[in-house]
Amino acid sequence: MDDKQRRQANVVLKVLLVAVVAYISWPLALLVIVLFGANYLDPYIPERASPARRAIIPTIILIVVITYPFYNASLADMRLFGAYPDVNTAVIMGVYVIMAIGLNIVVGYAGLLDLGYVAFYAMGAYTCAWFASVQFANHNIHFGDVGVSSTTPGIHINIWVLLLIAGILTAFIGILIGLPTLRLRGDYLAIVTLGFGEILPQVANNGDSLGGFNVTNGPNGITPIDAPGIFGTSFQTGSGAFFTGPRLYFWFVLILVIITVFCSLRLRDSRLGRAWIAIREDETAAAAMGIPLMRTKTWAYATGAFFGGVAGAYFASFKSSTFPNDFNFNISAFILSMVILGGMGNVWGVMFGAAFLAYLNQEGLANIGHSLNQTFGTHLEVPLYQFGIYGAIIVLVMLIRPEGLIPSARRRAEFHEGVQDTPLYDTQHG
Amino acid sequence: MATDARRENVSWIGGIRRAGLAPAVGTSLVVLLLLWLSVNLAKTPSDFASVALEGLTLGLVYGLIALGYSLVYGILELINFAHGDVFMLGSWASFAFAAHQLNLGADSSGFTVIWGLALTLLVAMAFCGLLNVTIERLAYRPLRNAPRLAPLITAIGMSFILQDIGLNRLGPAPVSVPNILPTGAVFTIGGNEYRWSSLIVALTTFPILFVLIWLVQRTRQGKAMRATAQDQEAAAMMGINVNRTISFTFLIAGALAGVAGLLYALYSTNIRYDQGFQLGLIAFTAAVLGGIGNLPGAVFGAILIGLIQQFNEGLSWHAPSSQWTQSIVFAILILILVFRPEGLLGERTPEGG
Repeated sequence: MDDKQRRQANVVLKVLLVAVVAYISWPLALLVIVLFGANYLDPYIPERASPARRAIIPTIILIVVITYPFYNASLADMRLFGAYPDVNTAVIMGVYVIMAIGLNIVVGYAGLLDLGYVAFYAMGAYTCAWFASVQFANHNIHFGDVGVSSTTPGIHINIWVLLLIAGILTAFIGILIGLPTLRLRGDYLAIVTLGFGEILPQVANNGDSLGGFNVTNGPNGITPIDAPGIFGTSFQTGSGAFFTGPRLYFWFVLILVIITVFCSLRLRDSRLGRAWIAIREDETAAAAMGIPLMRTKTWAYATGAFFGGVAGAYFASFKSSTFPNDFNFNISAFILSMVILGGMGNVWGVMFGAAFLAYLNQEGLANIGHSLNQTFGTHLEVPLYQFGIYGAIIVLVMLIRPEGLIPSARRRAEFHEGVQDTPLYDTQHG
Repeated sequence: MATDARRENVSWIGGIRRAGLAPAVGTSLVVLLLLWLSVNLAKTPSDFASVALEGLTLGLVYGLIALGYSLVYGILELINFAHGDVFMLGSWASFAFAAHQLNLGADSSGFTVIWGLALTLLVAMAFCGLLNVTIERLAYRPLRNAPRLAPLITAIGMSFILQDIGLNRLGPAPVSVPNILPTGAVFTIGGNEYRWSSLIVALTTFPILFVLIWLVQRTRQGKAMRATAQDQEAAAMMGINVNRTISFTFLIAGALAGVAGLLYALYSTNIRYDQGFQLGLIAFTAAVLGGIGNLPGAVFGAILIGLIQQFNEGLSWHAPSSQWTQSIVFAILILILVFRPEGLLGERTPEGG
């Protein structure tokens, strides 16, 4: 297949995709057309076009997303998928987008397979739970908390400050885990991270009597956790009919997502990001070019962990609870399949993968099962198959399109032409 | 200047390792462990003995699973994540066959039990072997030349699919298996019974291990396996059908998982859809502990892990108890991978595998 044929096939595929999406729901198809159109127009916009002109399409999309809580209820149901996601679901989608982008830094940019990402999520969630709940009831510390009576015992710190603290603490944990293990070769590293990912929830589970202290409240978890607030308005209650709680959660998770995307893109193009990609492609050559392997990898780990921690803290505050059972291996693999489905290394692909899978997990699968059962009169319980479906997604993507649905050009080339991935370091002489 | 300082920092870390921090930490850990064990032995000798016997039995079952990891890793350098779930489906298949097809139960007569279980064993071996070969054919073979991590990720996906099949067959709750094996005591040590079922499980594994060693060391097929493990290209040039050899390895690994599945179902008398994930990781740890790719090492490591698990759960003096078992096993895994990746019995190779 030469280049022209490939381009034609690509166009046909896109038209087909738009047709399918239009069949499911026409507003969604409109959005897809805008996105594809933006992709096509991109080469024709001159490099020196005014920033305003370049920003048109991103602005349109941003407006569509920001106003989502106002029109989502009035949208007609999608075929097969049922109603458009609820605003609360959209918040969860946003949280998973942040986590997936964080994991993408480790897996997609630096090429280190991390099977224990849930440990960072757990660390963030517990940090938030410790410092914004009644867990440590013999203290009475209040700092910038919103909507909590000043007589409530326990430590209550402003959630926005806590997000930062959670991120930094988690990044620190990432460095601690990374230092001894990052010398290991790819699949060994994967197993060690998996081990950490299993140990941490067990510590949380047994943490109700660690040396006599009740640190994590064990299997009962820590609940309730304070809600974030802004200008004296707690997200739990909201303010008036316009600033309802879910809407506030949604807009602020959007802000976090935008910050994460911005950091991720800037990091990718920075000196550090280029070093990550160089290591992913060829460790030996990267080292020969003077890239310090250990330090660069540890940074990838710490950065990925940071976003995992922030997302975990926000999620804990949103759910107002954290339980050890929330943090098993399935979640790590779930986030990993978001990254794989979307396209390792490409932020936009990963965002799509995360939003789509989080939606499927939250509402989509149940809705699909419901409409299938109605149409065919079957009694399938589709959510029962959810992890089988994620497994099938992972296997099919790896077999058919290992670079993911929306790949980065560079990653695609690696998968199709192969890379030199023999390790430079042997595992015992660091 | 700044870079120099950093480089020094790195070599400083390397320096302690060379100076023997790792062996020192390792030795002191082992010494502490031995001390703890001997205090326990002195305090409750009969408990200690029976716990050790149970650990040995459990370790042999783990060994059968660990061998599957080791065989596949030896030949493809792939951590076959789905192996634990093949083992789980082996438990399910043998339970479904023995309890529902043959109607074996606690009240079946001795003769029926022997023939029924022999038949179930064959069914479980065939089922798991063929399942494993199918997985290899569908999911791993197309990725033989892909980047290293691609088949590993696929294996995780496969593991999820199999686990979901198990969830659909077994349901979310543990399923209890009837006591098909006699539960009477073979002998008692200070009031602790060593039951017939444990003895039978232990005695079943030995001949299987010997057959496996004979197969790998003495037969033509075993020679082909060893050659393929060493160098696929060179093996192909010598006229070995590499694809068929790899399929055969998966068949053997699967059959061992089938045996383990049956024995585990009989021994623990309840099975769960996620037992494969947990026991699979424990068995993988065992394989790494013994030196992955090394077959006697896998069994040795598995017995050690079985003992550690039982000591942890069964001893009374300062034992962390079962709620920490998983953490302990994973801590061992991490320590071994970081400090001695070639395992206890493995050879030091440049790749540490």
